[in-house]
Amino acid sequence: MAKFIFRRILWMILVLFLVSVITFGMMHAVPGGPFSREKPLPAATVALLNAKYHLDEPLFVQYLYYVGDIVVPRITLERTPPSQSENYLIDIDLPDIFGEEAHFKWVNFGPTYTSRSRTVNDIFRENLPNSVQLGIAALCVSLAIGMPLGVFTALKRNTRWDYAGMSVAIIGVSVPVIISAPLMQYLFGVQWKILPVTGWGTPAHVILPAFALGFVNSALIARLTRASLLQVLNEDFIRTARAKGLAERRVISLHALKNSLIPVVTILGPLAAALLTGTFVVETVFSVPGMGRYFITSIRARDYPVIMGTVLLYAAVLIIANLVVDLIYAWIDPRIRYD
Amino acid sequence: MAVAEQPSTTGNVAKIEKKIQGESLWSDSWRRLRRNRLALMGGIIIIGAVLIAIFASLIAPFPYDKQTLSDANSAPMWVINLFPTMKAQGEPGGYVKVSDLYFLGADNLGRDLFSRIIYGSRISLAVAFIGPLFSIVVGMIVGLIAGYTGGKTDNLLMRAVDLMYAFPTTLFVILLLAIFRGGASEAPQGSFIYTMSLIDRQMGGLLFVFIGIGLTSWMGMARLVRGQVLSVREKEYIEAAKSLGARNRSVVVRHIMPNILGPIIIAETLTIPTYISYEAFLSFIGLGVNPPTPSWGSMISEGAQRITSYPNQALFPAMALFLVMFAFNFLGDGLRDALDPRMRGSD
Repeated sequence: MAKFIFRRILWMILVLFLVSVITFGMMHAVPGGPFSREKPLPAATVALLNAKYHLDEPLFVQYLYYVGDIVVPRITLERTPPSQSENYLIDIDLPDIFGEEAHFKWVNFGPTYTSRSRTVNDIFRENLPNSVQLGIAALCVSLAIGMPLGVFTALKRNTRWDYAGMSVAIIGVSVPVIISAPLMQYLFGVQWKILPVTGWGTPAHVILPAFALGFVNSALIARLTRASLLQVLNEDFIRTARAKGLAERRVISLHALKNSLIPVVTILGPLAAALLTGTFVVETVFSVPGMGRYFITSIRARDYPVIMGTVLLYAAVLIIANLVVDLIYAWIDPRIRYD
Repeated sequence: MAVAEQPSTTGNVAKIEKKIQGESLWSDSWRRLRRNRLALMGGIIIIGAVLIAIFASLIAPFPYDKQTLSDANSAPMWVINLFPTMKAQGEPGGYVKVSDLYFLGADNLGRDLFSRIIYGSRISLAVAFIGPLFSIVVGMIVGLIAGYTGGKTDNLLMRAVDLMYAFPTTLFVILLLAIFRGGASEAPQGSFIYTMSLIDRQMGGLLFVFIGIGLTSWMGMARLVRGQVLSVREKEYIEAAKSLGARNRSVVVRHIMPNILGPIIIAETLTIPTYISYEAFLSFIGLGVNPPTPSWGSMISEGAQRITSYPNQALFPAMALFLVMFAFNFLGDGLRDALDPRMRGSD
């Protein structure tokens, strides 16, 4: 198991490295930089700006600068004035034996080009928590609707309930976030005025975006849970459980459910990715100050460090999600061995 | 019936059987599909949508880019009555200009929504029918090579697929679209980027959408094809073909491909809605088709900004998108049940 985790972490580092190289290369492959505007800046200003952000160096040097700031931790002994280049995501005050002002600093995603004082880390600190809250709420919604619906329809297989439930699910699959978001916004926000139309900050603001985002996925999870539970119910060990006289309720809850969860767990990885892209739409529609909306605007502004930072962050989140899924997988199904 | 249940009949054999027994895999499947009413309904909606897309210029009452600024945001009376929050001018607090000229109303530039939805079907259906080609071609090639050659090549290709799975492909597609489109205007004439973006512009922005679909979807297809190839590779008829002296290429093309086609068609039909919503998503965030070409995604995006005052501008294109996705979902489900009854109810 330890060997498996170790191998997966190496794999993850390789993927992140490739992601960073490709993203970096792609951004610089296209002519025009962040300072080429419609109204050209004076050449001297552009040269100064380029020098400030190391844009005048060869590409691989720029890349090393960038990755170095993120990966290499540093310890500063003196007080540093707060500035764009001194903004670290992890900044721990070390005990005084190292010196009064000793700080351990790690992970600096660099400055943004669109603002003189803000950094990518600032953007992460302000916007990321909102996206994470929204994502977790949506995940809860999709599991809370999808799994019970799937179990229910599987247990009532081939009855009216089953057909009704599965019809709802197939309709749900046809309603992507891009439809559910404006539709729910109109119905609950504009017409019935139950929930706020746009904005962020109170629990009431989370409900609509979370449901709009979780809706499609709950339908997918329902179909998957149903199919997998039906398959498990045909297995020999279920027959054994019934034969030894267990109550049907115990057969389902103790023996069938846990095993039927396996395929459901496997889609949690892709689900995380779907939620991620879904947040781009939902955050735009509901004016949520999250990362997704920021990512889109930064691409249009060609704000390299923000684009890089966001892509790397998302990639890391997705890869870690997949690793966690594999681990849960092994925990649920002891037949799976990773070595 | 025994013959029909045998899912593995090569193209030639199937033809002979049709003459003798009048019951091939396909005609049997067609019979099963016809019995599935929801799937048939899906099929009819799709045929209707295809006709609308082909004859868009005849059906649409206005050109999709004709702006009449004085009619901006106007709506006919029945639309205003449909959405209780819309109030016609003249009523207390009314703000919507009433105009019966436009069947579903006009957008904020005074363009006819109905015409734009009709033209928008072209984009969604193009994606639905051409998008799978990109994923099938790449996935088929990789999967066939990996499955048929096996050994080191197989291992290498499958590791590449694993690697691609770990990649956040959607982010890449967004980057690719944004960066190539953004930088194309400054690229020197004749360069690769310039040529690509020129083709892209002539296709109304669809080229990069297709590339994006291909990039995100070929891996699943490659895995499926490889698995199928592995399962038929050792069958007796392959051995027979080989012992008759058939070359590798003809074994793959004439004996393996026809036999693995069923699951591939099923998988692709079931993914078509994903492609449609992918294009809508890209157009929604402003990276899909180029304006003023209407796409349902970009129409929803524009309409959503004014949803409190003019819900018709977002909800009608959303309705169209839903109908088409719904149709493809039901048809895909029906096709799966018809082509491979053993898979019924599984997903």
